[in-house]
Amino acid sequence: MGRYVIRRLLQMIPVFIGSTFLIFFMVYALGDPVAALFGDKAPDPATAARIRKDLYLDRPLWEQYLHYMGQIFQGDFGTAFNGQPVLDLMASAFPVTLRLTVVAIAIEVVVGITLGVVSGLRRGKAIDTTLLVLTLVVISVPTFVTGYVLQYVLGVKWGWIRPSVSPDAPWNELLLPGLVLALVSLAYVTRLSRTSIAENAKADYVRTAVAKGLPRRRVVSRHLLRNSLIPVVTFIGTDIGALMGGAIVTERIFNIHGVGYQLYQGILRNNSPTVVGFVTILVIVFLVANLLVDLLYAVLDPRIRYA
Amino acid sequence: MPEPEPQPHPQPPRYDPLEPGDGEAIAPTGQGGQMDLALDEAESLERVIPPGPGNPREKARSLWSDAWHQLRRNPVFVLSSLLIVFLVLIAIWPSLIASGDPLQCDLAHSQEGSAPGHPFGYDTQGCDVYTRTVYGARASITVGVCATLGAALLGAFLGGLAGFFGSWGDALLSRVADIFFGIPVVLGGLVFLSVVTSDTVWPVVGFIVLLGWPQIARIGRGSVITAKQNDYVQAARALGASNARMLLRHVAPNAVAPVIVVATIALGTYIALEATLSFLGVGLRPPTVSWGIDISNAAPQIRNAPHMLLWPAGALSLTVLAFIMLGDAVRDALDPKLR
Amino acid sequence: MRGATHAQWAACAVAVALAATACGGGSDTGGEGAGIVSSSWGDPQNPLEPANTNEVQGGKVLDMLFRGLKRYDPKTGEALNMVAEKIETTDQQNFTITLKDGWKFSNDEPVTAQSFVDAWNYAADVRNKQNNAPFFADIVGYADVHPASGEPKAKTMSGLVVKDAKTFTVALDKKFSTWPDTLGYQAFSPLPKAFFTDHAGWLDKPVGNGPYTVGSYTKGTAMQLRAWEGYTGPDKAQNGGVDLKVYTDNNTAYTDLISGNLDLVDDVPAAQLKNVKNDLGSRYINQPALIIQTLTFPLYDPRWGKPGMEKVRQGISRAINRDEITRQIFQGTRSPAKDWTSSALGAKGGYADMCGELCTYDPAAAKALIEEGGGLPGGKMTITSNVDTGSHRVWMDAVCNSINNALGQGPVCTVNPVGTFADFRNQQSSYKLTGPFRSGWQGDYPLIQNFLQPLYFTGASSNYGKFSDPEFDKLIDEANSETDTAKAVATFQDAEKILAAQMPSIPLWYQNGSAGYSERLTDVELNQFSVPVYDRIKVG
Repeated sequence: MGRYVIRRLLQMIPVFIGSTFLIFFMVYALGDPVAALFGDKAPDPATAARIRKDLYLDRPLWEQYLHYMGQIFQGDFGTAFNGQPVLDLMASAFPVTLRLTVVAIAIEVVVGITLGVVSGLRRGKAIDTTLLVLTLVVISVPTFVTGYVLQYVLGVKWGWIRPSVSPDAPWNELLLPGLVLALVSLAYVTRLSRTSIAENAKADYVRTAVAKGLPRRRVVSRHLLRNSLIPVVTFIGTDIGALMGGAIVTERIFNIHGVGYQLYQGILRNNSPTVVGFVTILVIVFLVANLLVDLLYAVLDPRIRYA
Repeated sequence: MPEPEPQPHPQPPRYDPLEPGDGEAIAPTGQGGQMDLALDEAESLERVIPPGPGNPREKARSLWSDAWHQLRRNPVFVLSSLLIVFLVLIAIWPSLIASGDPLQCDLAHSQEGSAPGHPFGYDTQGCDVYTRTVYGARASITVGVCATLGAALLGAFLGGLAGFFGSWGDALLSRVADIFFGIPVVLGGLVFLSVVTSDTVWPVVGFIVLLGWPQIARIGRGSVITAKQNDYVQAARALGASNARMLLRHVAPNAVAPVIVVATIALGTYIALEATLSFLGVGLRPPTVSWGIDISNAAPQIRNAPHMLLWPAGALSLTVLAFIMLGDAVRDALDPKLR
Repeated sequence: MRGATHAQWAACAVAVALAATACGGGSDTGGEGAGIVSSSWGDPQNPLEPANTNEVQGGKVLDMLFRGLKRYDPKTGEALNMVAEKIETTDQQNFTITLKDGWKFSNDEPVTAQSFVDAWNYAADVRNKQNNAPFFADIVGYADVHPASGEPKAKTMSGLVVKDAKTFTVALDKKFSTWPDTLGYQAFSPLPKAFFTDHAGWLDKPVGNGPYTVGSYTKGTAMQLRAWEGYTGPDKAQNGGVDLKVYTDNNTAYTDLISGNLDLVDDVPAAQLKNVKNDLGSRYINQPALIIQTLTFPLYDPRWGKPGMEKVRQGISRAINRDEITRQIFQGTRSPAKDWTSSALGAKGGYADMCGELCTYDPAAAKALIEEGGGLPGGKMTITSNVDTGSHRVWMDAVCNSINNALGQGPVCTVNPVGTFADFRNQQSSYKLTGPFRSGWQGDYPLIQNFLQPLYFTGASSNYGKFSDPEFDKLIDEANSETDTAKAVATFQDAEKILAAQMPSIPLWYQNGSAGYSERLTDVELNQFSVPVYDRIKVG
């Protein structure tokens, strides 16, 4: 297994190069960012040319990329157009988003799997149908609306919470945004664990365990659940990225200055240092998350081995 | 899960030497009734294959035709199919149930509630919400269904191969998927859809497939890795079954459930994703009408005119419901343990 | 039923978690100290240098930190002397500027003639890449520090000469009678020595000569400004300070305002306009600002620019129901445009109904005019705008619907949304657009000249439609060299009549500034740039 992990870690190198180049190319394809720096006014040609030269934007794509990579290896991730170093932006955005993601995943895991187990064991019963209807609501109502309505009702109407998250984003303020962020994934996790549970409830080892006279709680948690978790764990692994990089809407609603916001700004302003820097970190997060998921397979299903 | 019909002439279970797991599972355990796990007797009876019509001695039908027989008698399947046929009809001929023009808008009626002849009221631009919801079906269902099919087929195929064969192919595919995961939707949409522009829905469908396959591939890969550990697969391998046979007959039916679950939910999120793309200015182009566009226009107005959101979102729910039910029925039909 | 118990447990856990947030937050209100105003803010787009700031969010801060030679009266827009004692000229081209005594920066450095000259030379120097450098283009020697290409030949402009600590002279390259009135613009602010000696340090905590000083600044998140006790100017802050909080969505700021977590929002979201009366009552401001939105035609494209097409352009203008759109879409926070300037200029400043019936909705007349001009090019038109900011998509749809309904020929007008402002701007400045496109203009100073010359003068910097009319150019030049303000304004209005006849762009509406505030505040007003006049706000 040690060799397997090392091999996987080594695979990060080509992925790192591939993804930085791909993203770099995509931001390049968005076009020249300089004209937009001047607002409603027309850009002054001499100033614009000077900015392009300083940002290496007047060079061919491959030269820009090499220059950028050279800087990265010296620990310089470039600057955003408002003058802040990208490294500073990452240092302030990633911890906040990480907390938000942890809250969201915790909700997904705890609530999603619980609901999934309940409805999987009671297929076709009222609770199963109710959860199906809730799933449909969550899928068809945009995050913007659920976020806004919850914020309005809890924050303004009832005054239970602060409608917006303060700059240092403490855990307790992230609970509601985390819930809103987790909602759609919650639908996936619930349905996935429901199906797996329903399927495996008929499996031989469950029958065997029941026949042995094990208590129901133990059958469900040790035998049934453990073997049903593989699709759920896989899904959560793929979802981490969607939660971290794609939380644009949730971060906007609750005024969280996280990765989604910075990434969105970087994209709208065609700022390649911001976008490439953030996406690179996100890709590394994926690689690690998916490696963990693959290792978890072996834990959840002892028959799976890694060579 | 509906109660199965009582079987007047239960036949002896068929026996397939290549499916030891299946053969073993039919041995009655006698414990089901005690369990709280919903393993009631009626359901275990279900595993006993009913005789094919007019051919009681029919032998070893393929798994897929078994599934089809199972499906036809499942009311959930029938209901969801009817619903889907209805939705498809509306998508093809919206004028069947809506006589208006979805592009005929009068700003004077902006956000007004329902009125005679306009049961669902008006949107911000003063267009008829009912007509737009009906006409929006075509683009939304095309995008949803085609993108889901594309992403699911591509993802399941690649993920299945990667999970089954492992080794360098798996590594390559998984790392490519990792890069795809990293591309932000907004960036990908702005780049891809501003390069590939057309008045049809296909660039949007293509982009969603491009974005969606890695997730399904990983789910498929994960469940193939689990399924191939099963005894009956190992047995088939020992008996010298070809890779293709093992994958299709033994692994795929046991690994398909999570893919179906994810795909049916993804259908709804893809229709919503189309709205995000339209909001960014790179999605479907006017004069195309879609639920996604209407939902994203209605979302900020939720405090002023909730009816604008209710109808297109309701239509989206109904579509997703139909496909989730269909997916459930198909999954049940494919699962030998449930028969 | 034990499964159901699990579900109940989960539900309780969520409820408890939510209740915990209630205990954690919710109780504290906006400002922590007495007399502190908390206000919404957007992250400035560029570093906070006066000559590099060209948008409202950065401008907000500069307006608290700096006082220039002149300052525009928030009500009337009149340019009043601030740091300047007097600005004299005999030929409308060479000016002598004398400063008042007693002005200091908040680090106790006196504000001298050198403070201005250094700041202006810095702003103009192309090596410093300042956005607002073109504002100094009229000064003699600008080309030496800001050549069109290549390295600059000098570090200072020869047209700026320091006479003594309180006096300096400015030589312009041509007559510009209203030049002193442009000096209220923030790009002309003075800068302390620290700006040049410790630039990075200055950017982390800017130092100016205005009524506020920076208490703390967390880039991208918040800035705390505190009233400066040592300020000797006439407009001392009436409150203890201002806490600016960055919001990424104005809707969240609004929600914070109505739940009591914020005192002032200066950008009420469009979707909430219907609720403003209900939520805020009289604590809502909606007043004209120096902003106009227009649809500009690509006159470089012969299909739109050939002679005779002015009829079609006028016809399209008459097919747009401005009254209904501003009422239904914007809830009265825009008012129908009647000329190419801004109603905030006032009659004295040159605002008048110059467009007349050409800006009035009349479907029959619209149809007739378009037919007379030969019809829409190819029978179709598209309206282009970026859709990443503002509510551009909504009004574009409304304008197209209005045109389609008026012409009655089916969907001949469609919108062409562009994903990013950068992309839109690049298409616009490379003259690739083939149909009318959005152009918004926010005045830099309340002068009619600022609404006409940069947009419609031949070859002007923001003349994206490539409009060119020798008669128009002649009238603008005449107006600029006119010493009498009233006469100058009349000549500018004559030039505007040519715009009506040619219709190079369709005036749509004037944008208002809108703001809402909490019960703690009184004396809240917006200036003509739709920025709150912070120093006048009283708390308590």
